[in-house]
Amino acid sequence: MVKLSINGKPQQFDGDPNMPLLWFLRDELSLTGTKYGCGMALCGACTVHLDGQAIRACITPVAAAAGKDVRTIEALQQDPVGKRVQEAWRKLDVVQCGYCQSGQMMSATALLKQTPQPSDAQIDAAMSGNICRCATYQRIRAAIHDASQPAKA
Amino acid sequence: MGIIERFAKTAAVDSAPVNLSRRRVLQGAGGLVLGVYLSPFESAQATAQQAPGEYAANAFVRIGSDNRVTVIAKHLEMGQGTYTGLATLLAEELDADWSQVQVEGAPADAKRYGNTLLGGIQGTGGSNAMANAHEQMRRAGASARAMLVSAAAQRWQVDPAQISVSNGVVQHAASRRKASFGELAEAAAQQPVPAQVRLKEPSQFKLIGKQKLSRRDSHDKTDGSARFTQDVQLPGMLVAVVAHPPRFGARLKSFDDAAAKAIKGVVDVVRFEGDAKRFSGVAVLAHNTWIARQGRDALKLEWDESAAMSVGSAELMAQYRSLADQAGTVARQEGDAAAALAQAVKTVQADYEFPYLSHAAMEPLNCVVHIQEDGCQIYNGEQFQTFDQAGVARLLNLPPEKVQITQLYAGGSFGRRANPNGDYVLEAAEIARNAAAQGHRVPIKMVWTREEDTRAGYYRPLFLHRVRAGLDAQNRILAWQQRAVGQSIMSGTPLAGLVKNGIDGASVEGILAAYAAANVQVELHSPVNGVPVQWWRSVGHTHTAFATESMIDELAAAAGQDPYQFRRGLLAQSPRHLGVLDLAAQKAGWGKPLKAGAGVKRGRGIAVHESFNSFVAQVVEVSLKNGQLKVDRVVCAVDCGLAINPDVIHAQMEGGIGFALTAALYSAITVDKGAVQQRNFDGYPMLRMNEMPKVEVHIVPSAAPPTGVGEPGVPPLAPALANAIFAASGQRIRKLPIASQLST
Repeated sequence: MVKLSINGKPQQFDGDPNMPLLWFLRDELSLTGTKYGCGMALCGACTVHLDGQAIRACITPVAAAAGKDVRTIEALQQDPVGKRVQEAWRKLDVVQCGYCQSGQMMSATALLKQTPQPSDAQIDAAMSGNICRCATYQRIRAAIHDASQPAKA
Repeated sequence: MGIIERFAKTAAVDSAPVNLSRRRVLQGAGGLVLGVYLSPFESAQATAQQAPGEYAANAFVRIGSDNRVTVIAKHLEMGQGTYTGLATLLAEELDADWSQVQVEGAPADAKRYGNTLLGGIQGTGGSNAMANAHEQMRRAGASARAMLVSAAAQRWQVDPAQISVSNGVVQHAASRRKASFGELAEAAAQQPVPAQVRLKEPSQFKLIGKQKLSRRDSHDKTDGSARFTQDVQLPGMLVAVVAHPPRFGARLKSFDDAAAKAIKGVVDVVRFEGDAKRFSGVAVLAHNTWIARQGRDALKLEWDESAAMSVGSAELMAQYRSLADQAGTVARQEGDAAAALAQAVKTVQADYEFPYLSHAAMEPLNCVVHIQEDGCQIYNGEQFQTFDQAGVARLLNLPPEKVQITQLYAGGSFGRRANPNGDYVLEAAEIARNAAAQGHRVPIKMVWTREEDTRAGYYRPLFLHRVRAGLDAQNRILAWQQRAVGQSIMSGTPLAGLVKNGIDGASVEGILAAYAAANVQVELHSPVNGVPVQWWRSVGHTHTAFATESMIDELAAAAGQDPYQFRRGLLAQSPRHLGVLDLAAQKAGWGKPLKAGAGVKRGRGIAVHESFNSFVAQVVEVSLKNGQLKVDRVVCAVDCGLAINPDVIHAQMEGGIGFALTAALYSAITVDKGAVQQRNFDGYPMLRMNEMPKVEVHIVPSAAPPTGVGEPGVPPLAPALANAIFAASGQRIRKLPIASQLST
């Protein structure tokens, strides 16, 4: 039995502890905002937060999340930084097909929490694990800058 | 008779804007549902009296008493912004407030939702959503508006001419009365449909052409609630993870599923047979994708490889080169190119080579099929409703209308979800049928893993273009001779009827394009082999634009002319080509020197191409250092007629450029002995954030009818990039992808 917290709610799972977290979220909890793209941590569509760190849910066994706090796109707006990211994404109409965008926004939020005002190079470093086949990268970059905290006076 | 001919016969639609002289109102509970009868034949047979049964209701808008305006989109939203575009057109004439507008995908029903530019079949492709729907959607909006106005006039006992509508509010200024759409919806539904509606003049537009009109799909795609096929969950649903044969042409011989069935949670194992256009294979059913995949991996499969393809990309390209030595079927002939070549002052010859390409949408292929007692319900990001509905109906022995399709978002497609053979949809239906026969009459969600998506077909075909061109003493094109070699994407499909006189137009579209040339000969070889092929974002233009725009650049160099000015001279008779070419060159600062640091070579390249009736020019700037390429900047000019949603046009150019850059730099599906060698994004890499150049987009103002933007941003990028590399280093790229070809 694996016990963990997902979006602030306690959950438990008594299946194969090696099953990737992705499938627990999607198939068992119906949190389908987190996407399957590659299954090998190559595309980032499954990015969620594990104790605040951006991780790839497709290669993270449920057991590795035992006792930890998982946050998904469905709870993004409850986080002040996440809410700003979401608002910036909407303001700039970043999305095209949208399939990768949950993962993009989770990676962006994790970046902004660590680095409130990232440079382009820092954005590149943090976001290069997230593929967007529609190539919305230019708008993702602009949205991250838009969501970054204003400089303190 | 193939499907396309049958549809052409029964549902041929004049491509002229639709007339709405037959209409009716469908009354919905608590609101106005505007149904518009339209006759596909009216413009051709204006005087003929049509029996009511020959007309289909074409419903595009629903106004609820809750004040919601729901636009019914007949086109698939796969990222290209069509939901926003269709809604803009309708809401413009309705005078709705943009914030009250939402969009819903239409069900499968070609009579109501047929694509007037695809012979009346229901489908999304060819970047023609705006072109085929713009007047239709505007008329639907104008009709709904008129009915709201007459409902208000009746209620207030005033002259309808004194009523105005703005931002979703119906007003009578003199009596200071006003009502929302929701308040009038029920009464509006009782009003007669106006015999005629007047559409706005462009000067009256409030939404069309507005710089920033928020996408209708931004909200649900940013909070995890957008529903893709992958996200469908239904009571009792089983997930089917499939195993396909390792080589094209191989078939399932036998399988041992004991180990798979021993896995806790595996519900059953189902065989599917496929046909010549599809795979045979095995699907493992479970309630959970992971368990189904574990089961799939535990199958012991034996394949019959006796008919499997034995060659690969290298052998095919060698064969194509030999074919290019021989005359092909003539696709275009003006003058005598061979004789003229002999007279040319300067001649250039080049082979341009292109690999197979996978669509690699972020959402791997999938489809949900629920076979019920009296029909079949499909849930899908559905791009080719008419074909898939007909195919599944045949497979299940049902009338087509008993196959219903619930439209969902597609997580990309780039053409893949519009497969004329219906490969993946039929596979899902066959798995569901066989599962039902084994006692599981439940919704089946078939999912392909990324690996299946990469290696199980269908691809942009491998192509070779051999071009010989000659200039006269004034550096005009005296002769252009081209042999194209590559598989037809139409032959052997229900669209085979589109191959005319041995020429698949999709193999040669865009060659030479608008450039003035005195003698032209284009020939085509369409070899047949076992690799399944299909259109891929911008279709034939993906390779023909590269061959044309590279050769034009080579000719400019041979002539010792500036490549931009050389193009201008040859496009004097093509104002829309010139318009985008000039705009891109001007915005890019063409001719101004590029600053380069120590050891860095820099260069600019240009290309212009028309596809899907839209015109796009791009200028690419690159830096080269020790063989390392960096794409610094892309300046893009587009003329797509009336710009309905400028921001969506920008987004499609930005995205099309990134998509094309991935292909130009990296993409190749390589086949070895009939097996695809790539599996996932490690072997088939995608452009990433750090490689995305700065993209600037400029729209040519135009009042011409709107054309598409989903595909036309793709074709000019690769040749403009190759031309930039030449400008920087003198190295000509004649083979894609560029990959490791660059010399240090």
